[in-house]
Amino acid sequence: MIPLSWYLILAAGLFSIGLFGVLVRRNAVAILLGVELMLNAVNINLVAFWRYGDISLMAGQVFAIIVFAVAAAEVAVGLALVISVYRRRNTVVAEDLDLLKW
Amino acid sequence: MTGEQIIFLIVGAVTLIAGFLVVTVRNLVHAALWLVATLFGVAIIYTLLNAGFLAVVQVVVYIGAIAILFIFAVMLTRRQAAETGPAMNKNWWGGAVVAVLTFAGLAFLLQTWSGFSKTAAAIPSGFDAVNQLGGALTSPAGYVLPFEVASVLLLAALVGAVYLAFNKK
Amino acid sequence: MTFWNDPLKVAADWLTGIFTGWGMPSAGAHVLVAFLGVLMLITILMVIDIFLVWIERKVVARFQDRIGPNRLGPFGLIQPFADIIKLMIKEDTTPDGADKVVYNIAPMLSMMSVLILWAVVPLAPVMLGVDLNAGVLFIIAAGSIGTLSIIMAGWSSNNKFSVIGAFRQVAVMVSFEIPMLATLLIPTIFSGSMGMNAIIQSQDIWFFFLSPLAALIFLIAAIAELGRAPFDLAEGESELVSGYNIEYSGMKFGMFYAGELLHAFTFGGFWAIMFFGGYRFFGLEKVSPFLAIAIILFKALLGYWVIMWVKYTVMRIRIDQMLAFNWKFLTPVAFVLVMVTALMNALLDGAPSWLFVTGMILSNVIVAWVAMEFVRSAAKQEREKVEVPKQVAEAHH
Repeated sequence: MIPLSWYLILAAGLFSIGLFGVLVRRNAVAILLGVELMLNAVNINLVAFWRYGDISLMAGQVFAIIVFAVAAAEVAVGLALVISVYRRRNTVVAEDLDLLKW
Repeated sequence: MTGEQIIFLIVGAVTLIAGFLVVTVRNLVHAALWLVATLFGVAIIYTLLNAGFLAVVQVVVYIGAIAILFIFAVMLTRRQAAETGPAMNKNWWGGAVVAVLTFAGLAFLLQTWSGFSKTAAAIPSGFDAVNQLGGALTSPAGYVLPFEVASVLLLAALVGAVYLAFNKK
Repeated sequence: MTFWNDPLKVAADWLTGIFTGWGMPSAGAHVLVAFLGVLMLITILMVIDIFLVWIERKVVARFQDRIGPNRLGPFGLIQPFADIIKLMIKEDTTPDGADKVVYNIAPMLSMMSVLILWAVVPLAPVMLGVDLNAGVLFIIAAGSIGTLSIIMAGWSSNNKFSVIGAFRQVAVMVSFEIPMLATLLIPTIFSGSMGMNAIIQSQDIWFFFLSPLAALIFLIAAIAELGRAPFDLAEGESELVSGYNIEYSGMKFGMFYAGELLHAFTFGGFWAIMFFGGYRFFGLEKVSPFLAIAIILFKALLGYWVIMWVKYTVMRIRIDQMLAFNWKFLTPVAFVLVMVTALMNALLDGAPSWLFVTGMILSNVIVAWVAMEFVRSAAKQEREKVEVPKQVAEAHH
């Protein structure tokens, strides 16, 4: 059978890849893609702990469903922000959005 | 090597490779499509974890809504057909170091935990995960309050997104 | 367990015996037999698809008061084969500047999203691909993959009409998933499960009689999901020169076209399963699984005929009218219907069946009547906005 460690390593790897994407990409939409990867990695972790712990405790799956809802909300608002910024500044490169810097 | 382990290794490898391509490919529509592949791989992982309902919800919510939203957003924010400029900013090596350190730190921390290599208990027969999940989400002794708060959050996000993206002429 | 009672299990056991006799490990033999079963199902579906082309052309001809193809073979039965041969020998073009990989994968994904739906369709009480306990959600999930394939096709064609057509189609599909999901909750409420077999087995009284409004809303949402008229603005020939299909020729177009027809047939089947009892017909399905398959195919063909009837009778509606119809009318009515159905189901729990049926039908009629009253008052306001200048003109003489 599959030991729990495999799932945890997979989730850690996916999380690190998402983190790399957030830190390194210039385009704002690509940064949001990295955030999505991180949220999925967290979800794998939650469901794996549900399965390998006490199955009758549904907290793992409930938490995962709440994360689905929060991820959807965050992507919707984030992309709306990116689109409205694009309308004003005509750019989505994160480095060029520096109005608050001195 | 049981069949389940072989399937996990293949699906896990595909998910990680697709995830890596999401964050490195220059063409953003391709990146969004690789995200779809990653999300599909994660849905198969959920099926391996006997969370079939979550796998289907993952496909419906993430691939059917969020990935399509990403593709729309990419198409609406392109200035010209060719992507100009580098895909990554000038500190990409720092990001890579941080990512590798994070992975190493997480792996090291997890393997010091005693339950790291335990195998799954068998599912008792007659256990209906969907039924239990429905009960947990709607019973007052369960998680009905977070469930309702999540729907208020979605309502706020809906109103916020419409207001932000509204074209006031 | 003879062949006539349970053909699939008998055949699978026989084949597994042969494979293990050849020295294959038992797990590998099971996987190979499952794979052969899937291959057989897909082959049968594609053969049905060929005859759906013939049915479509004959039926549209009859609706338009003509005969349809009748030259090739008796009643034109060879016509679809001629169509296939024509599509296969056509030149396989790829537009210049198109994204080659995405362009080529899109028709495959579109066909795939239709074929995987048949994994959860129960053809007989014992003949079912997978008895998923979330089968109803699986339908929506497969629809999402179809949506993705359309956006891929539209964007990768490097053609502005394709992109507009694909955007419109995807907007319509994503919007109409919501009333479809809401009305799919109603058979779930009645049967207490989301598995397709459980929904069919609990239809002692067809759910169409328990909730006709839900059946109607599901039909409307399904027709919108399919992208067929009256919701086919994305590929309306007079508007967009066939939308996301523009740059596709040859067999790739054939896959889109055949996939669309098979999709319509599949949703006719789902309409039959959810609301008309699926393979059940007064106990006939227990006689033999082949009879059950015949019953469900017949009901699916009837559903497909209703979808075709709507397509060739009703005019196309504009994209903003479509979306307004969904968000301002269909979605609120569907949600109210789910709440009312859940309430009535709980109130009438344990009542004798005539009371249950009457109560449900009455609640449906009331919800429909209230919805139509809202529509009538909205229509009256629209009409008054347009007609007021006429009254001012008449007051002058």
